[in-house]
Amino acid sequence: MGFLGPVPAMPILHETIRNLYFHVTMWMGMLILLLVNAICGIIYLSNGKWYYDVVADECARVGMVFATAGLITGMVWANYTWGAPWVNDPQLNGAAATMLLYAAYFILRGAVPDENKKARLAAVYGIFAFVMMFVFIMVLPKMTDSLHPGKGGNPGFNKYDLDSNMRSVFYPAVIGWTLLGTWMMSLRVRYRKLERIIEEQEP
Amino acid sequence: MQESAKLIRLIRHELLLEWKNKQAFTSLVVYALASLFIAYLAFRSQMPVVAWNALFWLITLFAATNAVARSFLQESRGLQFYYYTLLNPRTVILAKTVYNTLLLIVLSGLNYFFYSLLFPSPVADTFQFLLVLLLGCTGLATILTLVSGIVSRASGNAALVAILGFPLLFPLLLTLIRFSSNAIEGFSLQDSMDYLLILVSLDLMILSLSFLLFPYLWRE
Repeated sequence: MGFLGPVPAMPILHETIRNLYFHVTMWMGMLILLLVNAICGIIYLSNGKWYYDVVADECARVGMVFATAGLITGMVWANYTWGAPWVNDPQLNGAAATMLLYAAYFILRGAVPDENKKARLAAVYGIFAFVMMFVFIMVLPKMTDSLHPGKGGNPGFNKYDLDSNMRSVFYPAVIGWTLLGTWMMSLRVRYRKLERIIEEQEP
Repeated sequence: MQESAKLIRLIRHELLLEWKNKQAFTSLVVYALASLFIAYLAFRSQMPVVAWNALFWLITLFAATNAVARSFLQESRGLQFYYYTLLNPRTVILAKTVYNTLLLIVLSGLNYFFYSLLFPSPVADTFQFLLVLLLGCTGLATILTLVSGIVSRASGNAALVAILGFPLLFPLLLTLIRFSSNAIEGFSLQDSMDYLLILVSLDLMILSLSFLLFPYLWRE
């Protein structure tokens, strides 16, 4: 469906419209994963269970994998549609800011040797980072015009909504990417659990 | 003692410490002036307006990071334990934030004064610009104080404050720069009402977040 399904013929966009299925859905998946990261941070701070910290950490990691993939697909698309892979645009700046924020999150995790302390500091930073990211990508871009579809009078998702064929791919794709991310995340979490068990067994 | 009385005590204590150790404050001013002078050497006096604004906030940002990074790092382990037994962590973070805000207001005021001396100020609406500066200092101080708290628990390496703090400051700085460029152009406050609202709500949000989250850092 993603590659062959019928799509509305739009000027300029043409077949690149199919990127909606990949780029946009990956970002949605990433946002959901990062939200889980922040929620796990809150849960960790309230009960201090090791498990929630691991889930938060792995969510952020998989989220960044999606962010990278989403950024690359976005850049390929932009190269065809806007003529350059990177333009100065609120949406793109938001993407860069998100990645820098979570890079800092990983640096913080790397800087603390003690397990409990690391988890607590990372949870605090993660909650703060999520809120700031939300402000940066959801609130501030509304203040200026943007080249990005759906912003500043550009034809966006709502125009495509007329075509129910695209919807029938888009929503499952969001769910699919999220589930794929959850699967990757849970694999890593299980791996970390096993590692911990082995560590405990060895004196 | 009442919580508010403790808060005022703590702020007074911080101010006294600063007053006794004037060298620390002087070093901050010298740091800001030196970076200003580097900018002067690089630009001479032909500074486009956009660059004036951007450079002003960059210098303020670096001076602020430098100033606030000390707030938890300069305290010894023993003193922190002493506070821990005596005070509610929320009082501590509030006192530190208020104190750092005052510090940044003084510092960035000086910075603005010398900056306008070296580079003729294009600011049309000085009152509005100072308002932006005031709100900006509050936000910068709050975020950096919390980050300094995180770093003091993490490793005590001051470089980490900049690494962790800058990404958190993106939304704040973006709003500040847009708002202040409106002030420079001389738009009326009505025109920048959106920015004012965003800035105030950002400040409040940051403040309440750090108020909520700090106790978890404090616990050892």
